[in-house]
Amino acid sequence: MLMSIVHRITGGALYFGMVLFVIWLAAASGSKETFDTVNGIYGSWFGRLVLLGFTWAMIHHLVGGLRHLVWDTGRGLEKTTATKMAKATIAVSIVLTILVWIIGYAVRGGF
Amino acid sequence: MVEITLPKNSRVKEGKVWPKPEGATNLREYKIYRWSPDDEENPRVDTYYVDMDDCGPMVLDGLIYIKNKIDPTLTFRRSCREGICGSCAMNIDGTNTLACTKGMDEVAQDAVKIYPLPHMPVVKDLVPDLSVPYAQLSSIEPWLQTITPEPATEWKQSHEDRTKLDGLYECILCFCCQTSCPSYWWNGERYLGPAVLLQAYRWLIDSRDEKTGERLDNLEDPFRLYRCHTIMNCTQACPKGLNPAKAIANIKKMMVERRV
Repeated sequence: MLMSIVHRITGGALYFGMVLFVIWLAAASGSKETFDTVNGIYGSWFGRLVLLGFTWAMIHHLVGGLRHLVWDTGRGLEKTTATKMAKATIAVSIVLTILVWIIGYAVRGGF
Repeated sequence: MVEITLPKNSRVKEGKVWPKPEGATNLREYKIYRWSPDDEENPRVDTYYVDMDDCGPMVLDGLIYIKNKIDPTLTFRRSCREGICGSCAMNIDGTNTLACTKGMDEVAQDAVKIYPLPHMPVVKDLVPDLSVPYAQLSSIEPWLQTITPEPATEWKQSHEDRTKLDGLYECILCFCCQTSCPSYWWNGERYLGPAVLLQAYRWLIDSRDEKTGERLDNLEDPFRLYRCHTIMNCTQACPKGLNPAKAIANIKKMMVERRV
């Protein structure tokens, strides 16, 4: 039940994240000053924390979606399998989130 | 409709602590939901002490002990006491299950906490009103329906086809799964729920039944079938170890397969 709730919450959070993304894009299409302001907020420690949360929500929802895709074929619905898949979803989503951020920082070349 | 808090007159209050049986040394604490339609009181949780040296090992044994020796007004359903009738379904230690097959030793050690099946109207104490699930069960017409003339003897079925009913025919309709489903809590009037859908699948997959198409038509509905979001509480709760979530997934599969 918990995983179903988290799937819904992360799904809802994606709307909020998309709004942030659109603001960023809109700022980029505007003046340099606007973009720098928005980019500055997003780049602050708090901004990065929110973006980290957004990344995790996105990946968790994606992995959860794949789990639902497997279920739709009628597989993976046994009691123990389903519990294992739930745990795997959490683990994989966290690992992938960290990986994305490591790659992000690597591409950026520093903190 | 979704309600986050209970209505004022449904809030559970601290109840009475009943005296411990005299001379008993091996005691087990029971905390039981009590509500009577005969007074205007709110529901309460009463505390009882069961003498384990004078009582069987199952949660139901404890309830019967309390009713016989401490408080005859305690109301609950029970019949077969061996997990085949489904009468004593209730919420024990936070999980819907049968009181007769749940051992007291399987329950958290501090106290045996018992509530009626969740999100159902309460008739009295641990007795829920199950009229809605029963009506929903009737709506799926859970009996063999055929068009071809009846054979002189019985309807024959291959061993292989008979195997398809395993894990379905064992359902005793205790509604532990039905009342554990959050989707059923929110949309219980329109969503058929795991127990009823497992029954529906039991007739859909029966090789002898000839109304498969009509049965699927009846279920093809955003609420009746598709309110299942694979939350899996049903499968986790089933005291008979059945898998309603899988049965529902198979119905959804049949819906797709008949279109392609």
